[in-house]
Formats: sequence, structure tokens, C-alpha cells
Amino acid sequence: MRRRAWGWTAVTAALVAALLGPLYWAVLSSLTPEPRLFAAPGLVPRALVLTHYRALFEDHDFWVPVANSLIVAGTTTVVSVVLGALCAYATARLRFRGKAPILAFVLAVSMFPQIAIVSPLYMVLRAAGLLNTYPGLVLPYLSFAMPLTIWLLDGYFRQLPLDLEEAALVDGAGRLRTLKEIVLPLAWPGLATTAILTFLYSWNEFLFALSFTLGPERYTVPVAIALFRGQYQVPWGQILAGAVVATVPVAAVVMVAQRRITAGLTSGAVKG
Amino acid sequence: MAAIELRRVTKAFANGGLAVEEVTLDVADGELLVILGPSGSGKSTVLRLMAGLEEPTAGQILIGGRDVTGDPPQSRDLAMVFQSYALYPHKTVRENLEFGLRMRRLDAAQVVARVDRTASLLGIDTLLDRKPAQLSGGQRQRVALGRALVREPQAFLLDEPLSNLDPVLRVSTRAELGLLHQRLRTTTVYVTHDQEEAMTLGTRIAVMRDGRLEQLAPPLEVFRRPANVFVARFVGSPAMNVWRCAWTQTADGMRLVSPAFALAAGTVAIPQPPSGQLDVGIRPHDVELTPAGAGDVDGVVEVVERLGSATIVHVQAGGPGAELVRAAIAADVPIAARERVGLRLRPDRLHCFDDRTGQRLS
Repeated sequence: MRRRAWGWTAVTAALVAALLGPLYWAVLSSLTPEPRLFAAPGLVPRALVLTHYRALFEDHDFWVPVANSLIVAGTTTVVSVVLGALCAYATARLRFRGKAPILAFVLAVSMFPQIAIVSPLYMVLRAAGLLNTYPGLVLPYLSFAMPLTIWLLDGYFRQLPLDLEEAALVDGAGRLRTLKEIVLPLAWPGLATTAILTFLYSWNEFLFALSFTLGPERYTVPVAIALFRGQYQVPWGQILAGAVVATVPVAAVVMVAQRRITAGLTSGAVKG
Repeated sequence: MAAIELRRVTKAFANGGLAVEEVTLDVADGELLVILGPSGSGKSTVLRLMAGLEEPTAGQILIGGRDVTGDPPQSRDLAMVFQSYALYPHKTVRENLEFGLRMRRLDAAQVVARVDRTASLLGIDTLLDRKPAQLSGGQRQRVALGRALVREPQAFLLDEPLSNLDPVLRVSTRAELGLLHQRLRTTTVYVTHDQEEAMTLGTRIAVMRDGRLEQLAPPLEVFRRPANVFVARFVGSPAMNVWRCAWTQTADGMRLVSPAFALAAGTVAIPQPPSGQLDVGIRPHDVELTPAGAGDVDGVVEVVERLGSATIVHVQAGGPGAELVRAAIAADVPIAARERVGLRLRPDRLHCFDDRTGQRLS
């Protein structure tokens, strides 16, 4: 018994170290002066400085890409979850012809490799005058995020007890009232999960963001960080400081949403 | 309050099978109609058709004389109690009760008044601030009932509302439901597979099998004059004994002969069937035990079930392989397995059915 407990502790410690190690390294490096970074990097912090962060926001105006990313990822997440929930409820509960083909088609949309549709999408966006705009990023992101949202929520809605919705219908609520009053409150864990995934995807997306933005005023965080790289030097300190800054909103979103992902939300509804 | 009427209602599954076939049924205003049947008989589907949760493939559904066949559930003004209770888990008991009233845009003061009145009627007024997860099974059942009562709807639809309760609670709640219906006189359709519930609660019973209505009659008539062999076997506990019999000519006249017994045909008030055969049934309570040789037939006791209030005796009378004859006798009669006994069938209590259609004769 005692040995097993020790074994678990060791495995857990190894896992935590593997997961947090790179993050620790990034945070540490972002606080280490540039010369030291190349001379004698170490795991123990010595002489911490905030110069990289200062440079990030003063020389590079890093607020702009952070704001851009928040706007693009936030909009994508909200639109994707709202529209996706409506679509998923329809596919999960309503009876209509061609449901399976529709779901298959939705999934097929997300099967294209991104790199294969960058050029056609570029032409489309240029023709629509959406290059270097927020919608020019949100719309392509939606085309990838929506299928995921629909499939995840479709699965989630299906496993909610059907009786509850039928009870609401008999109680006099229409479909939309039932969705709003019964289904969505119970689907919070599913909604939170899809929101996190969509936000992460849009926040980290690089290829579209690089291709469809033309100047620093529309760069998102990943693009901005990638373009720090100068012709003659790589400012690792600033890159890592940027990476740390980029992690903060994601961590915040996950923590807030995770609070909603509590088990047993439907317990007591139906006799188990 | 309103009457509910089904006119030749059929519901087909997507695979072409029939869940409900040509059911014509009327629930009178203020009646408590019990739909009784084994699982898969389509009884719940009938209820769901009335509620509007399923749309019939053919036929008409009328509520209060109005054709509602294509109407969605929310415009039918019925209240339903689900077998699973289907309480909204994220809402408190009060919000659960309020929900249907809010959906019908009742003003707030009236909502509160009606919820409080219903809650005290059912004795759940102390639970109003709890969530369903914090309630016991019996309390949940009451809240589910309350959610229907508070609506004061045209009719109640109850789908096996007691099947999740423990036996003691089930019997007391059953009596309470009967009392409640006597007080409110609201049209009620009650689906169950429990014949005891059906017998005690129903003003009439609709017995269903394989999507078809087998009999629609008051409880005692269903028990005393079952319309066919299925109803005869399904209603009544222990189940009725049924034998295939032949009318035969013997030296002392016509006789009714089965593997288990032979009776003088004169004692049975049935005209001779054209096929010469018929199914004859008798309830275990109408079979009397006699000393061996003194009854209509002799047999060996195989199993003795002492229920306390009565004793069920299973007797091997028709030779090996034949169905055992069940007899219900007084609890204090001493009897043991392997004993040799005689059985006497009360001739005035025989039920005769056509051997091919299973329908009752006379």
C-alpha cells in the first residue's frame, strides 16, 4: 500500500514536471536579462528583470495584437457557440429529412487541410474586401470552429434526458423557450467545453492570421510574436515574454469556464 | 376539464412496425381511465399521442371536442407526469411548479397563490426551496404530481407515476391519487402495467396488447367478463387457468374434455362451438380443493405458495408436461407438496373463448 502511494506520487510528479517544465522555462527566461540568457541559462532564477516586458509593450506596442486576438477569438467563440447551439439542438432533437447528410457535410467542411484552402480563401476575402479586417479572420475561423461546436454539442444535447424537454413542451414552453430555459442551463458543461476549445483554436491560429492580415494594426498575438524575429537577431527574451502574455487570457478563460464544468448538474432530474 | 377522444389512431414506427393500430378510445369528462398492458403494448405511445409528443400516422385526436391531431403539445393544455418524474434539475421545487404557469403568462400574484395552494395540498410546502437532487424518491414523485396539479389543465396524463416508488409508498400514494381524483374530478389518463393499480384506480380500464385495444370496460367487468383469452390471462393474480377443450360425445352425454379434466357439458351454459373445440378458463379462486377422487379431476400438488392471506397451490393434473393448475385456497388449510388432491371447478365461473380468435363466447 505504502509503496503504491509512493509510486503514484512519483508518476504524478513526473507528469506535472513534464507539463509545467516548458512553462516554467518560458516564464524564467522572459524575466532573465538577454546576455545571461545566452551565456549561462539555468533552472534557478537569478537577477530577474522586467526589461523584456517593458520592451514588449513600449517598443512593440504589444497591446495591439493582444486586443486583436481577444476581439477575433472572442467574437469567433461567441458566434460559434450561439449559432452552433441552435444548429446542434436542431440536429439532436428535431425530426427533419437529411439530418445525417447534413451532419456529414458539416464534418467534411472541417476535413480540408488549412494549407490547401489558404489561397482560395485569400482570393475570396480579397474580392469581398475583407482582407486585413476582423471579419476576414472571424469568418474563416468559424468555418473550422462551427463543425467542432455542432458535433460536440449535438452529442451533448443527445445525452440530456429527453423527458425534461418533453415535460417543458407539455408545460407549455415552445421549442425556443425549452432550449433557453431547460436545455442550455443543463448543457453548461458542454457549452463551456466547446467555448474553451473554440477560443483556444482561434487564439492560437497562425496560418490564416498570417495570410489574411497585412499590417501590424491587425496582427494577432501568434503572428506578432513570430514577426519579432529580426533579420540579424532573435530576441528570445521578448518572444518568451510575449508567449507568457499570450498564455494569460487562455488560462483565465479556461479557469472561468472550468468552474462551470461541474459534474452532477443533471442529478435529481430523473430517477437514476 | 375535457373529454379526450381517439378515432382510429395509428402510429407507425420509422421501420414500418405499428406501435399503435387503429385505436378508438374515448375518455369521458372527469373520468379516470387506466390504460393497462404489458411493456411494448403501445400504452405509453397512446399517452404520448394524446400529449402531442408523437404525431399519429393516421386517425384523429380530439380534446374537448376540438380536433388537436396536428397541434404541438404546448397548445393542448394537458399536464403530464413522467415515469422518471422529469423534474427540472437546475430549478428549485418552487420554480419547477411555477414553470408551466409562467409559460402560460399567469400574473405573478396568481402564480404564487396557486403554487402555495398546491404545495400545501401535497404536503411539499417545506420543500419549495430545495433542488430535486435534495429530495427523496417519494418527494420527487410528489413534486412531479404537483407540477401537473398546479396547472389546472384540461386533463392529466400519468405515465406509470408510481413505478419508481417502494411497495409500501406505492400503495399509500395510490390511495391518495384515487382520493385526489375524487376531489378534483379532472379527466385523467393513467398508464400502468400494474393490474392492481388499474383495478383500484380506474373508472374504466383499457387493456392493450401489441398496439391494439383488447377491451375497454369498468374494472370489475374486465375481471369478470374478460373479452378474450389475453385479457383473461393478463388481468387477475394469480393468472387464470386456461385449457383447450373438446366437446365430445360419451356414453352419459356431451362432455367438455381437456388434458386436465372432464366436465358434463350440461353444466356449462355455452352452445357447442362449430369447431368442436374451445378455450376454457377458470380463475384460481374459483378452483376448490377436495379429497382425492371427490372433485372433477385428481392431481398431485407440486408447489405450495403461502402468501399469508391465502395459499396458492400448483397442481399437476394433466399428466407430465401439461400446464400446472393454479388454485387459491384459504390460508389455514393444511397442505403439502406431493400430496394427492382433487380439484373441483365451479361451473358457473367458467370462461369460454373461441379457440381460433380467442374472443369470448356468449
